Amino acid sequence: MAKSNAFRATREEKSKRGGPAFRAAESSATNLDRLIHERTRLAIVSALAVNTSLTFNELKQLLSATDGNLSVHARKLEDAGYIACTKSFAGRLPKTEYRLAAAGRRALEKYLDHMEALIRATREG
Amino acid sequence: MPQLDPFSRRPPEPVALDDRARDNLRFIRETMERAGSFTAVPGWGGVAIGITALGAATIASTQSEPNSWLLIWLGEAAVALAIATWTTASKAREARTSLFTGPARRFVYSLAPPLFVGALLTALLVRIDFNGAIPGVWLLLYGTGVVTGGAFSIRIVPLMGLCFIVLGAVALFCPWSWGNAFLAVGFGGFHILFGAVIARSYGG
Repeated sequence: MAKSNAFRATREEKSKRGGPAFRAAESSATNLDRLIHERTRLAIVSALAVNTSLTFNELKQLLSATDGNLSVHARKLEDAGYIACTKSFAGRLPKTEYRLAAAGRRALEKYLDHMEALIRATREG
Repeated sequence: MPQLDPFSRRPPEPVALDDRARDNLRFIRETMERAGSFTAVPGWGGVAIGITALGAATIASTQSEPNSWLLIWLGEAAVALAIATWTTASKAREARTSLFTGPARRFVYSLAPPLFVGALLTALLVRIDFNGAIPGVWLLLYGTGVVTGGAFSIRIVPLMGLCFIVLGAVALFCPWSWGNAFLAVGFGGFHILFGAVIARSYGG
């Protein structure tokens, strides 16, 4: 499978290399947003894009992620300013709530554009 | 499929990149659907429909002839359908058609059968000269469609449907002369109210 794909790729590269659409896709592939590309983080951002806010536990359930995994990835997004995190108490239990920040929404939109551009480029190329 | 590293220095492989991009889009869509809060139901469209319905109710209330009353409301239904189609399409476009035609289609498929039944029952009620029951029947069946269509959507959509059902049930047991007012409250008031909430919280 890997071999045949690679073979097909090299063969098609020869014929497609020169196309402007392909060149655009190729150059944009290198500045892909790594932060959002990772699956868990992509899921966090996507889930928050369609909810005003989600608690840590809701996200954990939704993504079937472990506590450690989720908090590491959420922290990375938070550090980048993609999501905002508020901590409060619901009774005695600590409650962590996440929201998508404006930068995060922009990043997701850019990522979607990017994916669509890749699909288009291959179709046209 | 081999795992591709899109950040490697190697030139990207076009076929694999394409597949991978599609896969990523599907992943985002599925996550959003599971997260459950995107709605294909257009909020502003609901507000617009509500306003036209209030207009229709005002005009209809001045009619003494039952047939012209019915015609005005049928006209309103056509206007509402046009607004709904247009705003749903543009919301889907803004939210990227590739991502959200699924939920919108599901909603339409669930809404269509009760509306069709409603049309048939309307014809029947006109035939047996029982126009008074029409508002209640409309509210009930529209509510049913919204509840089933919104079953997989955000909670506010089926809740709106439920409100229509309750209002329709009340209308069936009230004086027929109140029918027009019930339609105004339902198709006018509920649409504006819930439409505004949806527009504010769920992306337009």
